[in-house]
Amino acid sequence: MKFDIDRRSERYLPTKDIQACGLFGVMNIEGKRFGGEMAIKAIVNMKARGNGLGGGYAVYGLYPEYKDYYAMHIMFQDRNMSAKKKVDEFLAKNFDVVYDEEIPTNPSAKVMYPPLVWRYFVAPKKSEGSLSDDDYVVEKVMHINTSIEDAYVFSSGKDMGVFKGVGFPEDVAEFFMLDEMYEGYMWTVHSRFPTNTPGWWGGAHPFSILDWTVVHNGEISSYGTNRRFLEMHGYYCTLFTDTEVMAYAVDLLMRRQGLPIEIVSKIFAAPMWDLIENMDEKKRKLYTTLRMVYAPLLINGPFTVIVAHHGEMFGITDRIRLRPITAGARGDFVFLSSEEAAIRAVSPKLDLAWTPRGGEPVVVRLKKKDHLLSLKESV
Amino acid sequence: MKTFMLPEFIIERSDERCIRCKVCERQCAENVHRYDEELDMMFEDEMNCVGCQRCVVFCPTNALTVRPHPSTYRPNANWTRERLQDLKKQAETGGVILTGSGNDKPYRIYWDHLVLNASQVTNPSIDPLREPMELRTFLGRKPDKLDIEYSEDYEDVDIETELFPNVMIETPIVFSAMSYGAISYNAFKSLAMAAKEYGTLFNTGEGGLPKSLREEYGGNTIVQVASGRFGVDPEYLNVSAVIEIKIGQGAKPGIGGHLPGEKVTINISETRMIPEGTDALSPAPQHDIYSIEDLSMLIYALKEATNYEKPVSVKIAAVHNVAAIASGIVRAGADIVAIDGLRGGTGAAPKIIRDNVGIPIELALAAVDRRLREEGIRHKASILVAGGFRNSGDVIKAIALGADAVYIGTPALVAMGCTLCQKCYTGKCAWGICTQDPYLTRRLNPEIASRRLVNLLRGWSHEIKEMLGGMGINAIESLRGNRDHLRGVGLEEWELNVLGVKGAGE
Repeated sequence: MKFDIDRRSERYLPTKDIQACGLFGVMNIEGKRFGGEMAIKAIVNMKARGNGLGGGYAVYGLYPEYKDYYAMHIMFQDRNMSAKKKVDEFLAKNFDVVYDEEIPTNPSAKVMYPPLVWRYFVAPKKSEGSLSDDDYVVEKVMHINTSIEDAYVFSSGKDMGVFKGVGFPEDVAEFFMLDEMYEGYMWTVHSRFPTNTPGWWGGAHPFSILDWTVVHNGEISSYGTNRRFLEMHGYYCTLFTDTEVMAYAVDLLMRRQGLPIEIVSKIFAAPMWDLIENMDEKKRKLYTTLRMVYAPLLINGPFTVIVAHHGEMFGITDRIRLRPITAGARGDFVFLSSEEAAIRAVSPKLDLAWTPRGGEPVVVRLKKKDHLLSLKESV
Repeated sequence: MKTFMLPEFIIERSDERCIRCKVCERQCAENVHRYDEELDMMFEDEMNCVGCQRCVVFCPTNALTVRPHPSTYRPNANWTRERLQDLKKQAETGGVILTGSGNDKPYRIYWDHLVLNASQVTNPSIDPLREPMELRTFLGRKPDKLDIEYSEDYEDVDIETELFPNVMIETPIVFSAMSYGAISYNAFKSLAMAAKEYGTLFNTGEGGLPKSLREEYGGNTIVQVASGRFGVDPEYLNVSAVIEIKIGQGAKPGIGGHLPGEKVTINISETRMIPEGTDALSPAPQHDIYSIEDLSMLIYALKEATNYEKPVSVKIAAVHNVAAIASGIVRAGADIVAIDGLRGGTGAAPKIIRDNVGIPIELALAAVDRRLREEGIRHKASILVAGGFRNSGDVIKAIALGADAVYIGTPALVAMGCTLCQKCYTGKCAWGICTQDPYLTRRLNPEIASRRLVNLLRGWSHEIKEMLGGMGINAIESLRGNRDHLRGVGLEEWELNVLGVKGAGE
């Protein structure tokens, strides 16, 4: 269900998707790979947060044998083989495809209208001095998503992949046989409760570009402002979801402009002016400047988001904390979740469990203890 | 010549209530009321009455009613009373008909066809009485991105990017350009005091900034550099918060201004730097700006003169190809684009121009915001809009259409006492606003008038906060350009397209 977009006037753009959700993420900070059981069990524990119209997983450290190649997970709506032919031709023209296959599925799983899902391992075929590899891939992914009907790219990063679909998350896991077939050092998962759109496999979360994935819960009231600002930077929304806006904002600020999440979180969930005024002079100047320059990327209204890319996962909730997030740690495992109960369901004993304040990010990094920094800002 | 005009207003006096106190006689600037001692009676000369309601408000016994004169010609949809009166006036004088205030013709007011959103269930509304609700706004150019250096623990962060000057205002409302000369010193000072107290700006208009106000209120001024260059000196530029190059005005796009010599008193002559009693003529164009590259040179000349410490605004009237012009202005180096719409006010303008030239601000704003975004330069300039904003609802809708802040002129005048009698150009404002007659200007006490203005700003700001909270937004920047929170009612397809707003129910 991609939209045919008439851009003569903004009034023809589709209304955005409204949804609520359950989120969960887990990372082994020593980088040890593990299976999908924890992610599946945790999200099942939050069943009431979804309604069976979407579930999905992002797995990092997924394809160590192909880790130098971009792994593309591409779905073909209604198993449309002519779309696949177009994609095959497009990929062959722009990439060296080193290996490709259908992603194995379990046909008895309880999912609705499963598409054909294929994975390709590719290397960019490009002339010197042009775009960076990443930007090249982004451009090609955008092309497939906007120009090839019935084809949609689930994910396009190296050594990672997104598996998602319409159904409860455990059904999607069963369909892709996530509990038996795959391992990774980091998993994020999402259960969806859309209120105004029917499910479409491409519209499930995680939303991904390159190795960045976003799972999101919320309905942001600043959507229109955020979307227009991102369009100015070349990000044209095709799905009209809040998640898409979050993903592009993260891509712009973190990947393209190189800001760390510790700063980006202060853009998305900016401290109140009252608070800024009581900071020391240097910080006051910094926070004032951030709010001034990045005002269009303040994310207003309720949201919680878990963003991941290789080596890093962070969770953040809006500045007045209208949606929940909880963090926990046990040994080398660090968890982020909509509910503490879901963390306890997979790890009854925790070394630490804490609730971060609105706008305070919990940053989990490989081989680091950065997540502990958010402890002092917990509720 | 015997005039064939009908009186505009009828004055009805309740003789039972009238106590012959003669307040009406003293308050009227047009000599309408007259007391006859022998008869112990009040008489009225209706032909002179402009309907300013000063006498009505000040009558201690509420003995007076002033209302549109009932005598009229045969009703005719084409040849209305106003048109016939204008014809007779012109036949008797042979002149251009002058008027004051904004366009009063029934052009579509788009604000009345746009409705706002509110949160229900899927995201919560926010209560501004219990939670912070932020209206703080920055006017000026923003960089494409911020480069920063940070320590290992992210505690020590340095901004590497050089920033452009921006001005912070506490509410997205600033006072429009009304010059000292057009309005009285007291009215001018009232605007300055209110802007300072509330943390916003007032625009000096093109008449300079009196030396006596520079130190205290300079930081709250937008100083204009207009075609007459009145009152422009280095100090004037350097005490300001913002410098504005005035190209055009919504009430009279394409033409200049004329302050008659009788208004140029000694103080005004000093401030404007012209001889006392001479006409202050503002040419239609700026004679050093005949093209966009000329504009760019003036922008940078002003920046040079102020060490690149002030945002420079360029104010234009909303005309047909306003979007392309605005884009050129931003590329020429302006930090703010100010657009004044069809209903913008004035102290004096030819009526035929005021009522027929320019386009509505709503459509101009939507077109400019869209064009700047499409060209990827929206962040390079703030958009200030002016022209007929009547209440906080209009302001918040303008912000949702893409404005950074709104200029208000008429509402500020009304708050100080103005009743929109449209006779500003006569210099006989009975409310002490648009006059230089010391007998009249004394009526306006800046302490009181500034309190009325601050109350207006506070009231509107509270209302904006309520509406923002209702939409689940707690900072004004999250509504800026957020047309998703607007819907159109009773608009044509093309109008919705230009506004970039869906119809209600869509």
